Amino acid sequence: MKGLSKDRLWSIAVLTPSIILIAVFVYGFIARSVYVSMTDWGNDPAQALALNPIIRFTGFANYQDLFTGFLQGRFRQELVSTIFFTLFFILGCLGLGLGLALILDRNPRGEGLWRTIFLFPMSLSFIVTGTIWRWMLQPQGGLNQAPTLFGAPPSTFAWLSSTDAIWKFDWNKLPLLTASVVGFVLVVMAVRAARSGDRTRTLVAGGCAALLFLWALIIGPNIKMLPAPELHGFNFALIGIIIAAVWQMSGYTMALYLAGLRGIPEELREAAKVDGANDLGMYQHVIFPLLAPITLSAMIVLGHISLKIFDLVYAMAGPDNINTSVPALNMYLTSFRQNQFALGAAIGTILLILVAFVIVPYLSSQFRTEEGHA
Amino acid sequence: MKKALLLAAALAVTTSASAAGKLEIFSWWSGDEGPALEALIKLYKQKYPSVTVDNATVSGGAGTNAKAVLKTRMLGGTPPDSFQAHAGQELIGTWVVAGRMEDLSSLFKSEGWDKVFPKDLVKLISTNGKPWSVPVNVHRSNVMWYNPAKLKAWGVTAPKTWPEFLKTCSTLKAKGVAAPLVVGENWTQQHLWESVMIGTLGSANWENLWAGKLKFTDPKVVGAFTTFGKVMDCANKDASGLSWQQASDRIIDGTSAFNVMGDWAAGYFTTTKKLAPNTGFGWAPAPGTTKTFVMLADSFGLPKGAKDRAEALNWLKVLGSKAGQDAFNPLKGSIAARTDSDLSKYNTYSKSAAADWKSNKIVGSMVHGAVAPESFTSAFGAIIDQFVASKNSAAAAAAAQQLAVRAGISK
Repeated sequence: MKGLSKDRLWSIAVLTPSIILIAVFVYGFIARSVYVSMTDWGNDPAQALALNPIIRFTGFANYQDLFTGFLQGRFRQELVSTIFFTLFFILGCLGLGLGLALILDRNPRGEGLWRTIFLFPMSLSFIVTGTIWRWMLQPQGGLNQAPTLFGAPPSTFAWLSSTDAIWKFDWNKLPLLTASVVGFVLVVMAVRAARSGDRTRTLVAGGCAALLFLWALIIGPNIKMLPAPELHGFNFALIGIIIAAVWQMSGYTMALYLAGLRGIPEELREAAKVDGANDLGMYQHVIFPLLAPITLSAMIVLGHISLKIFDLVYAMAGPDNINTSVPALNMYLTSFRQNQFALGAAIGTILLILVAFVIVPYLSSQFRTEEGHA
Repeated sequence: MKKALLLAAALAVTTSASAAGKLEIFSWWSGDEGPALEALIKLYKQKYPSVTVDNATVSGGAGTNAKAVLKTRMLGGTPPDSFQAHAGQELIGTWVVAGRMEDLSSLFKSEGWDKVFPKDLVKLISTNGKPWSVPVNVHRSNVMWYNPAKLKAWGVTAPKTWPEFLKTCSTLKAKGVAAPLVVGENWTQQHLWESVMIGTLGSANWENLWAGKLKFTDPKVVGAFTTFGKVMDCANKDASGLSWQQASDRIIDGTSAFNVMGDWAAGYFTTTKKLAPNTGFGWAPAPGTTKTFVMLADSFGLPKGAKDRAEALNWLKVLGSKAGQDAFNPLKGSIAARTDSDLSKYNTYSKSAAADWKSNKIVGSMVHGAVAPESFTSAFGAIIDQFVASKNSAAAAAAAQQLAVRAGISK
């Protein structure tokens, strides 16, 4: 009974309610959603909202439908869109945030005021941001009228209503593309391991890469996910939404970077200067490496925001605009307008997996460092 | 768990006992449409003064928000006493097939509604001869709007068929009108699509399409998709950024010549834009649909398990009555579903629509939920978007057919 001291009992008593609540309302509901995604609930309209619906377990049929079904082209485009959106959103926020932080770090006049101004957009909700930017990006107004200030003709770029896209690829080639990219990464890993003299690692990575490439060469080209080619690419209509999202969140990355910059001890900079580093060299070899952990946390926070984005797109382009749509929007429409609860749950589960890809490695690394400290 | 259930049951009993004479109605009518609903409630209170009416509105998004709230309430076992739904398949495909609505046959018989509502309408709101809701108002979907002064200046008239429309379109393009037709965001394009379909296929084929007797992959339907593609070539390129009001504005300012929109546009032109009918704005049936009335209607139904069933039935009686319909519709800007309404209470446009309502062939609108369930309509938007980008009629028709099979329309 020594382990159960009064202190321990207290901590257990205090923690239990939240453990139970989280177990039910977070993990219980996740499990329930995953289960629902493997049933046919809602595929038959008569059963969707019936008092005692007949729900059958169908395994991965809904997932198969999403990735290869003729009618689910919208979802596949959304998946591609969300990847592009995440990429440009993170790059934009990191670039702009770092730039602003570097400027503010030089202590310009009115630094506090600038900091507040740049951070302010974050205090708005995405709905407000979306509405403002929707007005600004109107075909005949706002941003398109800006060139007239300098006497130029107004721009005619269709910000949110464009139907053009670039970087198109055939969805049928997706397994091939994925295999090639992963294979390439494995080759790079193998080369690195070989350089550092780690033989087993070289062999494993090299072997996996060879297997993947072999598969891509022999089996990959014969796989047909869809009966006809289906092109997906980066829609121009997303550009406006990316701009609005970057506008809102770059102040936040700026604050993160500024804190990081302020945390770098002055001695390090002085030491670099004494060693003869110029400004560029100092940033490249001293400051940026020290900012790497901040970049990582910023990427995690921004990454999960962008994968789950819903309200901004809803406010800016409406729910029925496939050129700007994202999976979260589709999940809402599928479940609550079309009453296809199982299919909606499947989209939700895919989103959860995507976010987990971003969050879990981070959490586990955090956990490990904390253990290390303890 | 048992205790909680007992407690809930006890609470339910006491509340229903203490509030004898209570009625909760659920709708998305607020804002501009609020006064029309208030007029109905006033009428109800005159007849049943002891009943307290709880007017539960969930505004916004043409009912999308309300429908989401309604679903949680129905699934949670606390349905409102009566709720608004678009008449036809939107109610049938969601709630009737799920076995959650009461059959209103006896009410229709006792009130004599079979005679005052047009036969085509009763067919649209029924399955196997059982009506499921009481239509309050009627809107027309297949109306083409234009600016009479502008048409005169361009020297064109409102076209009567879609091939004629395409000719007029190239005439106007030659005169420097870049987009003779104006469309707005996705649903307005679906709205145009149904007028093109009915105008090309005819009303009988349109009915067959939704009865599952005509396949979307039929050459006739594929051909109509091609016509729709040509019509969209006449339209503005910034469509998805425009609301229907912004699209209507382009008719008035002469940027575009034609717009196909439901007759709520008449209210927008007269009330918001202060234009006189026939001079400030003009209208004609959409090309090819001259003797056809493509209708959509709001209606109220009776969910199973309504707490105040008797009061809800009285409410439905008021809705279907001549006095009720003539109190509501002039304010809402729609026409009565009954064919015996007092036309002196209505405006110029509504009078012409009411005349057509009595004489024309009546078919249901797809995008507004009369002939297709939500599971079809909501997913069909993506097909239209893809078609407008690719102009591939065969692919769009094949996708629509698959969707129809999934939604249980076709086999």
